Amino acid sequence: MNSKAGSTFGSDGATDSSAARRNSKKPKYSKFTQQELPACKPLLTPGIVISTFALIGIIFIPIGLASLSASEHVVELVDRYDADCVPQHLRDDKLAFIQNSQTNKTCTRRLIVPKQMSSPIQVYYQLDNFYQNHRRYVKSRSDKQLKSKSSERETKTCEPEGTTGDGLAIVPCGLIAWSLFNDTYSFSANSKSLQVNKKDIAWQSDKKHKFGSDVYPKNFQSGGLIGGASLNASIPLSEQEDLIVWMRTAALPTFRKLYGRIEVDLEANEEITVVIQNNYNTYSFGGKKKLVLSTTSWIGGKNNFLGVAYLTVGGLCLFLAMGFILLYVFKPRTLGDPSYLSWNRNAAGYSN
Amino acid sequence: MKRIVYINDESCQDLYCDNRVSNRKYTLLNFLPKNLWEQFRRFMNQYFLLIACLQLWSLITPVNPASTWGPLIIIFAVSATKEAWDDYNRYLSDKQANEKEVWVVKNGVRKHIQAQDICVGNVVWLRENDEVPCDLVLIGTSEPQGTCYVETAALDGETDLKTRVIPPTCVGLDSEQLHRIKGVIECPNPDKDIRRFVANMRLFPPFIDNDICPLTINNTLLQSCYLRNTEWACGVAVYTGNETKLGMSRGIPEPKLTAMDAMIDKLTGAIFLFQIVVVVVLGFAGNVWKDTEARKQWYVKYPEEGPWYELLVIPLRFELLCSIMIPISIKVSLDLMKSLYAKFIDWDEDMFDAETKTPAHAANTAISEDLGQVEYILTDKTGTLTENRMIFKRCCINGIFFGNESGDALEDVELLNAVANNIPHVIRFLTVMTLCNTVIPIKSKSGAISYKAQSQDEDALVKAAAQLHMVLIGKNGNIIVEVFAEINFNGSILQYEVLDILEFTSDRKRMSMVVKDCQTGKIFLLSKGADEAIFPCSNSGQQIRTFMDAVEQYAQLGLRTLCLGWRELKEDEYIEWSHMFKEASSTLVDREWRLAEVCQRLEHDLEILGVTAIEDRLQDGVPETIEILRKAGINFWMLTGDKQSTAIQIALLCNFISSEPKGQLLFINGKTEDEVARSLERVLLTMRITTSEPKELAFVVDGWALEIILKQYKEAFTELAILSRTAICCRVTPSQKAQLVELLKSCDYRTLAIGDGGNDVRMIQQADIGVGISGREGLQAARAADYSIGKFRFLKRLILVHGRYSYNRTAFLSQYSFYKSLLICFIQIIFSFLSGISGTSLFNSVSLMAYNVFYTSIPVLTVVLDKDLSERTVMQHPQILIYCQAGRLLNPSTFAGWFGRSVYHAIVVFLITIHAYADEKSEMEELSMVALSGCIWLQAFVVTLEMNSFTILQILAIWGNFVAFYVINFIVSSIPSAGMYTIMFRLCTQPSYWITMVLIVALGMGPVLALRYFRYTYRPSAINILQQAERSRGPIYSLGMLESQLKSVEKDVASLSINQPKSRSSVYEPLLSDSPTATRRSIGPSAFDFFQSMPSRISSSYMRNCKDN
Repeated sequence: MNSKAGSTFGSDGATDSSAARRNSKKPKYSKFTQQELPACKPLLTPGIVISTFALIGIIFIPIGLASLSASEHVVELVDRYDADCVPQHLRDDKLAFIQNSQTNKTCTRRLIVPKQMSSPIQVYYQLDNFYQNHRRYVKSRSDKQLKSKSSERETKTCEPEGTTGDGLAIVPCGLIAWSLFNDTYSFSANSKSLQVNKKDIAWQSDKKHKFGSDVYPKNFQSGGLIGGASLNASIPLSEQEDLIVWMRTAALPTFRKLYGRIEVDLEANEEITVVIQNNYNTYSFGGKKKLVLSTTSWIGGKNNFLGVAYLTVGGLCLFLAMGFILLYVFKPRTLGDPSYLSWNRNAAGYSN
Repeated sequence: MKRIVYINDESCQDLYCDNRVSNRKYTLLNFLPKNLWEQFRRFMNQYFLLIACLQLWSLITPVNPASTWGPLIIIFAVSATKEAWDDYNRYLSDKQANEKEVWVVKNGVRKHIQAQDICVGNVVWLRENDEVPCDLVLIGTSEPQGTCYVETAALDGETDLKTRVIPPTCVGLDSEQLHRIKGVIECPNPDKDIRRFVANMRLFPPFIDNDICPLTINNTLLQSCYLRNTEWACGVAVYTGNETKLGMSRGIPEPKLTAMDAMIDKLTGAIFLFQIVVVVVLGFAGNVWKDTEARKQWYVKYPEEGPWYELLVIPLRFELLCSIMIPISIKVSLDLMKSLYAKFIDWDEDMFDAETKTPAHAANTAISEDLGQVEYILTDKTGTLTENRMIFKRCCINGIFFGNESGDALEDVELLNAVANNIPHVIRFLTVMTLCNTVIPIKSKSGAISYKAQSQDEDALVKAAAQLHMVLIGKNGNIIVEVFAEINFNGSILQYEVLDILEFTSDRKRMSMVVKDCQTGKIFLLSKGADEAIFPCSNSGQQIRTFMDAVEQYAQLGLRTLCLGWRELKEDEYIEWSHMFKEASSTLVDREWRLAEVCQRLEHDLEILGVTAIEDRLQDGVPETIEILRKAGINFWMLTGDKQSTAIQIALLCNFISSEPKGQLLFINGKTEDEVARSLERVLLTMRITTSEPKELAFVVDGWALEIILKQYKEAFTELAILSRTAICCRVTPSQKAQLVELLKSCDYRTLAIGDGGNDVRMIQQADIGVGISGREGLQAARAADYSIGKFRFLKRLILVHGRYSYNRTAFLSQYSFYKSLLICFIQIIFSFLSGISGTSLFNSVSLMAYNVFYTSIPVLTVVLDKDLSERTVMQHPQILIYCQAGRLLNPSTFAGWFGRSVYHAIVVFLITIHAYADEKSEMEELSMVALSGCIWLQAFVVTLEMNSFTILQILAIWGNFVAFYVINFIVSSIPSAGMYTIMFRLCTQPSYWITMVLIVALGMGPVLALRYFRYTYRPSAINILQQAERSRGPIYSLGMLESQLKSVEKDVASLSINQPKSRSSVYEPLLSDSPTATRRSIGPSAFDFFQSMPSRISSSYMRNCKDN
C-alpha cells in the first residue's frame, strides 16, 4: 500500500517506495498530506490593484451610462390621487368618507402625457406606507387552499380571516386576499376610451401552478367587516389575475402592482382622463395611492438608481486608481523591503 | 485499607470484582440519554436547543423550525456517531481481552477459562509470550532460580526486559505443589503506582514455615505485560479487572482548552450579549410600533385585546430571528479543522524520525492552535536536548586523568597499558564498573553477550569495561537471594557472589553492592553514585581533592560524572548489618525510608577509586532549534535533575544562554532560607535594572533553593519569572517541574513542556501543551503527552509551521463564521425596520439553512490549506510567530473589524437590493433572492481576498460553491411547492439582476480592497512584508544550503569543545567570557538572519507590551 502510494505520487521512484515498505509507520507521501499542493499566491502589488480599480471604473461608467439612458428613456406618469379624490367638504374626515358605502367615490383626473409613450404602457397602482410584509399579514394565506379544491378547509394559517362566523371556510382565505385592492381605473383620451388590457398581468407560473383552475371563491367578503374587493364567484382563482398580482406580496412598504396594460401609443401632451373608483382605504394609516403609467426598457421601469450608482462607483474607482497612482509616484515603497521589519528596525521604533 | 488475598480459596472470591475489563463509556441502553446529556452540557448546544424549541411555537417563529432542527440534529448525530464508534471499538477490544482463554487452577485442577472469569486469589498459569491478564504475584516459574523476564512496554513503554523473581518462600515448589498451594497475601488497596507494590505473603502449612515474606514490585507480573524468555510462570491474582495497576492508571484526561477556544467563547458571549440588546431594543420598538402604527393598519387586523404573553411575542420573534448571529456551524467546522491539523502533524514527513522510525503524532487533536501561541518552553535536558546515548569518555583513577588527550579514555594508551599491567587501582576501578549495577547480561546462542540495562549510564560503564577486557559474562541466580557474577578478565574468569544490592533511589543518589569474592572469600562493598552522595562517605584519611577537581572539570565539559568507591567488609560486620537489612526490607510501613537508613550504616569509610565521565551528546539540530525558537520570542526554561555545572554547560552548548558580554548568569543559591532570600532579592534587583539593556539574563536555581522559594517567596519568584527569558533549574524533582509549569501558567503564559522520561510526565500533563519525545527512556512521556515527536529538532517545525498555520487558519475561520452569520442577521434586522418591526424574515427557511450550512461553511473549510507564508520564510524569520503568540489575528479588535465589515456589507447588500428592486419589482421572493445572491457573491470575494494562497482545492471550493448556489437554486426554483418557484429563472433573465450583483460586489469589496492595499503597501505588517518579499522576488537566499553549512560549522565547534579542555579553563564561572561557544554564536546569527541584523533581543518587558497591544 505504501509502495503504491510512493509510486503513485512518484517523488523518488524506487528508493522511496522500498524505504516505505520497510517501515509502515512512515507517513504516506502525497502533496496533500504534506501541505505542498501547488498554490498560486497572488500579491496585492500596486500594478494589480491600480489596474483593478481602473478597470472597474472603465467598465462601470459605460454600464452606468447605458442604464441611466435606458431609465431616462422610460416615460413615467405618476398621479397621486388619494387626497384629491376626497370631496372638499369631507377632507376633514377622510376615514368616514371612505368607510361610508353610500358616498360617491367616483373621481375624475386629467393627466398630461409628458412625452410620447409607446405601447405597451404599463398601468400600475402604487401604495405607500402599506406593510404587505408585516408578519401577521404576510403569513396569513394558505397556498394549499389556493392550489387545489380538496384543500379547501386548510385555513389554519389564514387566521384571523380563515373562516366565517359560522365556521365555513373562506376561499381564498387570509388577510392578503381579504384586503384585495379595489380601486378601479378607466381611461379615455380625446374623449375616446382607452382599453386597458387586464389579461396576463400575473405571472404565468402563478396562474398555472399556484392558483387552481378548479378553485372558486367561496364565502369571500361575506363577514361583518369588508376588507377590499370582492371576487366573482364564478371565475376560478387562476383567472382572477388581480388577486394573483395582489397576493405576490411586496417586500417593501412602498410598492407598485400591475393593474393592466394600455396597448396603444400615447402622444406627447395628450390629455388622458382617468375615472377612478376610489374605494380602497389608505386613509386610516395615512398611506398614499398613486396611479402610474409607465413604459418599460431592458432594465425595467424608470429607476435611476442603478445608473447613478454605477457612475458613482465607477467614478470613485477611477478616483481611487488615480489616488493610488499619485501615492505610488510621490511616495514609492519597495514591496517586501526587509528593512521595514520590526525586528530589523530599532526596537524602539516599533509600534503597532 | 488492606486487601487480604487467600490463595486458591474458592470460598471468599466475591469480595472483589472479577476480571472483566471495561473501558466503555456507554452501554446500549444508556447511550442516548448519557450522550445527549454530555452534549447538552455545552452552553452552545443548550442555546441552540432552546432556540429550536422556541421555533416550534408557530406564532413567533419567523422561519420553518426545520432550519434550526435540521443542522442541530445533524451536529448531534455527527458527534454521537463518533462517540458511538469509539465506544464500539473500545467494546470490541475489551471483549477480545475479556474472552481470551487462560489457564487457571480451579479445585486443584488446571482449567481453561476466559480471562474475565479470573477471581482474586486464583492461581494463573502463563506460557512464554502470553499477555498477563491481571496483576499477579509471581509464585513459580520454569527457571530453577525462580526468575522470569517480562516486557513492560505496554505499561511504561520501556522496551527492555525486566527480571521478575518469585518470593523466597515459594522457591523450590514444583508444579504439583503450586496447584495445591494455600496461603494469604496481604497487600494494599488498588492504586495506580506501577513502580511500587508493598505486600507480605504467608503460606499455610504444609508449605514451609509460616514466615512472613515481603513482596515488592519485583515479585509481580502486572496486567498487559508479556512473559518473555521463560517457558512458563504462574502467579496469584491480586488485582483484577479495572482494579489492576493499569486499570487504575487509566482515566480520561481533562480536556484542554486552547487560548483560542477561550477567546472564541468570549467573543460568542459578547455576541450573545449584543444579541440580547438587539432583541430587547427591537422588541420594545416593535411593541411600540404595534400599539401606535399597526393598529391603524386595518388590513393587519390586530385584535384589541391580546393574550397575556402578547408583550413577549415580538421580542421572542426577534430572538429567533437573531439566533443565527451565533453560527451553529462553527463548532463543527472548528472540530473538523482541528482534526485535520492533527492529521497534518501525523502525516508530516519532515517530522518523521528515520533513525527510530517514529512519525510525529498528535494524540490531542484539539489544541494545535495553542502550539502557535507558546510563550514558554520548559524542557528536560537528558534525552530531550541530548541523545541519551551514553558513551564512556574519560575517567580519573586514583588521581590520574585518562582520556584527556584523545577525548576517549578507551583509546588512551596509558589506560590500556595500566590495564595490561594489572595496576591494582585500575583493576578495582574496573571491577566496580563491571559489578556495581543491575545490568543483565544475555548470552545469545552464538556466544555474543548483550546487555539489558535499565539505566543508560550503567550500560555505558559495563560496555566500556568490556572494551577494557573486563567482561561481565553472566549473572546467575536469584537477584535477592544469591547471584553469582562471572567476569572474564583477560581470559581468566573471576566469580563473585552478590550478597546484597543497596538499590539506587533518587534520594540516595547512589547504589551499592555487597559482593563476595569467590576465590578469596573476602567481602566487599562496591558503591557508585553522584559526587555529592559518595564523597561524604569517603574514608576521612583519603585526599579527595583531585577527584573533586576531576568532577568539576568533567562537568564543565558537559559530561555526566559518577564516582566509584569501595570498602572491604569484615565478616561479622556484614552479618550483623545483613540482619538489619532483611528486617528493614520486610517492613510494610516506610520501607524505603528504613532501607535508606540501613544502607547508610554500611556506606561509609569508602575508598574513592575514581571518577567516570560519560558523554551524553546533544541531539542533532538542538542549538539551531533553540536559536530559532528563541528568536520567535519563546522563552526557554531548562528543568533538569542533573547538576548545575553540567546543566549550564549543556545550556551554553545549545544556545540556551549566551556567554558574556551578551549574556549573564545569575545564581540563586544558598543553604538556609535567609541565604536563598537574599540571593533571590539580589538577582531580582539585577534583573530589574538590566531589563532595558540589550543583555540576555538567565537565572540558575537548584532544587533545594527552589523548594524554599516556592514555599515562601513565590511572589518574588513570579516577578523574576516574568522578567527573565531564560532559566536553568537543576536538581529539580518531577513535582517541582510541575510546580514551575503551574507557576508560569498562573502568570497567564502559554506553556509547552517537553520531555522524554517518566519524570517529565507530571510536567507534561500540567502544561498547556505537553510534548513527549519518544526516546530511549521509554514511551511514558510520549504517552502522556499531547504531541509526541521523535527528536527535539522537530519542535521548531511543530511550533512554527503547524502551530502557526493552525492558529492563522482558525483565526480566519472563526471570525469569518461570525462575520457571515452577522451579515445575514443584520440584513434581517434592517429589513425589520421596513416591515413594521414585526419580525418578518426576509429569507425563507431553505435559504437560511443552506446559507449557514452549505454556501458559507464549505468553501471556507479549505482555509485548512491556506498558507500565508511559505514554511521556509517562517523558518527564516521566526520572529513572525509574535503575531500568533500575542494573539494579533484573533482578538476583540480584529473581531471588531469583521463585525464592522458585516455591518457595512449588510448595509450595502440591503440598500442596493431595495433600491434596484424598488416599486414594481419589490416582490418579496425575488427581493429576498436578490439579497441572498448578493451575500453569496460577496462571500466568494471575501474568502478570495482573505485567503493567501490558492491551491486547486480552494479555487474549486470557492467557485464551485458559487456555481452550486445557482444550480441548487435552479433546482429548488423548479419545484412549485418550494416557496420560490421560478424565482431564480426569472432573475437570471433580468439584466438588472446581474448588474445589481456586480454593483454589490464592487461597492462591498472596493473599500475593503482599497483599505487592504493601502495598509499592505504603506502600513504593512511583518507578515505582509514577508509575503511581498517571498512572492515578488522569490527566495532571496537558499536557506537549505546555509543550514547545512551551519550544521557543519556546529559540528566542528562541538567536537572542538570536547577535545580541547585546555583552551577552556578560562571559560567557566559565572562571567562566561571568551567561551568558545561565543565564536559559534557569532557565526550562527549572521548566517541565519540573512538581513545582516543583530539577533533579536526582544526583552521580556517588550514582549509584554506586544501582548498587551
